[in-house]
Amino acid sequence: MNSRLSAAVHGWLLLMPAMLLLVAFTHWPAVASFIESFSSTPRPRRPSRFVGVANYEQMLADPVFWQSLANNLWFALGTIPLAIGLALLMAIWVNDRIPGRTFARMAYFTPTILPMIAVANIWLFFYTPQYGLLEQVASGLGFASHNWLGSRETALAAVALVAVWKESGFFMIFYLAALQGISPTLAEAAALEGASRWTFFRRVQFPLLMPTTLFVLINAVINAFRTVDHIIVMTRGGPDNATSLLLFYIYQVGFNFWDTSYAAALTVVLLAMLAIAALVQYGWLERKVHYR
Amino acid sequence: MSDASFTPARRRPEIRFSPYEPRGFWRALEGVGAVILATLWVLPLLFAFWAAFHGAEYTTRLELGAPLTLENFRRAWDAAPFARYFLNTTVLVTLIFACQVVLGTLAAYAFARFDFPGRGTAFALVLVQLMIMPDVLIVENYRTMSRLGLVDTIPGIALPYIASAFGIFLLRQTFKTIPKELDDAARVEGASALQILLKIYVPLAKPIYIAYGLVSVSYHWNNFLWPLIVTNSVEARPLTVGLQVFAGGDQGVDWAVICAATLMTSAPLLVGFLLFQRQFVQSFMRAGIR
Repeated sequence: MNSRLSAAVHGWLLLMPAMLLLVAFTHWPAVASFIESFSSTPRPRRPSRFVGVANYEQMLADPVFWQSLANNLWFALGTIPLAIGLALLMAIWVNDRIPGRTFARMAYFTPTILPMIAVANIWLFFYTPQYGLLEQVASGLGFASHNWLGSRETALAAVALVAVWKESGFFMIFYLAALQGISPTLAEAAALEGASRWTFFRRVQFPLLMPTTLFVLINAVINAFRTVDHIIVMTRGGPDNATSLLLFYIYQVGFNFWDTSYAAALTVVLLAMLAIAALVQYGWLERKVHYR
Repeated sequence: MSDASFTPARRRPEIRFSPYEPRGFWRALEGVGAVILATLWVLPLLFAFWAAFHGAEYTTRLELGAPLTLENFRRAWDAAPFARYFLNTTVLVTLIFACQVVLGTLAAYAFARFDFPGRGTAFALVLVQLMIMPDVLIVENYRTMSRLGLVDTIPGIALPYIASAFGIFLLRQTFKTIPKELDDAARVEGASALQILLKIYVPLAKPIYIAYGLVSVSYHWNNFLWPLIVTNSVEARPLTVGLQVFAGGDQGVDWAVICAATLMTSAPLLVGFLLFQRQFVQSFMRAGIR
């Protein structure tokens, strides 16, 4: 057997097990959601049938869908810049030889390894009216009582804060690695030129960190659309759908209302959002991040 | 800041201090800022510790002299089958990681060292999973699991995660850095492709396997939504779902007990992290830098 053919056979044999599972649980479900979204949900007396774009028409007229989509965009817009900014600040602090850096690094990173479901319970207690720590501090300072998770105005911000708290330390370590990878000769050269610390950060460090920022940004966007554990624990989408995110709504429609076809149509929208994010990031930002 | 060369001689001259390291007042100010933020960051956790180790009457009353107790842990342990949940989660994360390693190693080896038609396309298909994870495909994956009869089983929770694009990518990058001369030498000695993989590639990639293991185990220990959907009995439920059933059930709002259960659930990872901090941070770092 010639070696080219042998390499091809070996290569595919090695790849086959992983590829089969990947297709079965990632590619196929994505395609199946698309197909399913054009049919009706099977009911005991009515089997599934082709309904064209009826599920999408239902979606356009569904205020909860629009609310969830808007919530998710606000959630992403609120958490991503804040988490990335904090991560950068943490990394810069922890990278300098300041007092307490070991404690600080540990404290920032700890939320990353804890289960979201567990920390959400702790935060739920934090926010509880009357008993919660936040309430006690607020009333101690003379502020009026406020139900943070129970009122439409603050609920989304309150759950977003938990996500920022959980993610920042995770993003910090990538910035920390990147900062440590910057050659010290650059700082020495900049100092010789008399550049201020701010100038050095803005003109040297920040541009060199751009690939890291892109990587962190991609992760942050995926997480903003993927993580709903804290929603399930803290608010169940309420009050009045004020904290319903897209994936949470899919979960509700699919597994509380058992309307699987409509849930499939919603999944298609979520996949489209992720695809747009991927295209923007890899296609457009990728070309802009590399310095010069 | 240009007076860097006038700083006093240091004891360890091999460390190069950046001229932009803060000094004096600024160094202190930065330290204070960092510690304040760090304190804010651990505050929820400290609070959970306080509530868990004190009687319910002290949950919201922070008195330094309050007596310590393990009563909350005992009540939580008795109120729900946490031993079973611990067992389920342990089996789950072990099963997932073992399968991920086998499938990931084989696929990564194929991508790194074999030239076969369709390799580029196959690799692109793998990378799709970095963006579209099984976490968001809950509706169709549930349908597949019920067709396979795997609803409410531990393999049912594990199956969608076994082929991991992240693992394949990570191992491929590592395998590509191993010099090809090592292969050629082994091949001259008459070693088969599988022997080369097991005797050369796997041992050389050991640090990456450890890093991947820490990331995979903490991810699946913490995973919640999919296990919540696909399980509905004590026999299959992992810790996270068990905790939610417990805390979200009719426990009333006994926060002390809920905090104890919460800490219990996170304890293995928390203790592991505190003991092996450096390894954890480096693993997550290594796993992220591609």
